[in-house]
Amino acid sequence: MEQVVVTAEPFDPHVETEKLHGENPSIGAIVDFIGWMRDFNDGDSVSRMTLEHYPGMTEKALRKIVDEALRRWDLLGVRVVHRVGELKPSEPIVLVAVASAHRGEAFRACEFLIDYLKTCAPFWKKESTIAGERWVEAKRSDEAARGRWEDASKSS
Amino acid sequence: MTIQLHFFASLREALGSDGETLELERDGLRVADVLDLLRARGGCWQDALGEDKTVMAAVNQEMCGHETCLADGDELAFFPPVTGG
Repeated sequence: MEQVVVTAEPFDPHVETEKLHGENPSIGAIVDFIGWMRDFNDGDSVSRMTLEHYPGMTEKALRKIVDEALRRWDLLGVRVVHRVGELKPSEPIVLVAVASAHRGEAFRACEFLIDYLKTCAPFWKKESTIAGERWVEAKRSDEAARGRWEDASKSS
Repeated sequence: MTIQLHFFASLREALGSDGETLELERDGLRVADVLDLLRARGGCWQDALGEDKTVMAAVNQEMCGHETCLADGDELAFFPPVTGG
């Protein structure tokens, strides 16, 4: 199964997570993170969002992050699905789902994957508000979240 | 040497271009040298790629620092910090 999917179509995170489980009886834990589009950001209501990406590099960057997670932890599967194009509030933007035998590995790998995705994968959000369109600014806190993993050795 | 340039997101809009093919007179240039060449065009190039801006770079679809050396045929992209997820 393809581990990384970049799609302009809406997706159902629960269906995607079930695909990850398949019927693998070795899986004892699945942790998933779903990022949803909010209707509010930085003090303004947001009616629509457009996600731009760098076709080709996006998939490579995501696969590299997934490979690093598989290297660090004993996992039984990973699935990353990310929307691009136009989104409406309450639609899922991203799913990171991780399967392992026990919860510890899956929890850590899932957080690692979303922290890296937020700072290393070439996606850019543009929001539509009453005042017009604006590009979302990168957050320092996301950089700091990724930094925590840089020297972290494998832990379980 | 020839390189293929790509611009994304707010940078693409500020420059009014999503990319171009750039012919360089000499070999062995770094990402930073190409940035200097583009800034020297003045106007929106100087503003959008200014030293005060955080401009990220990728060579052949891998993020890299501005000291990275370029080779003939490379794909070089410039973009603002990423905001996915």
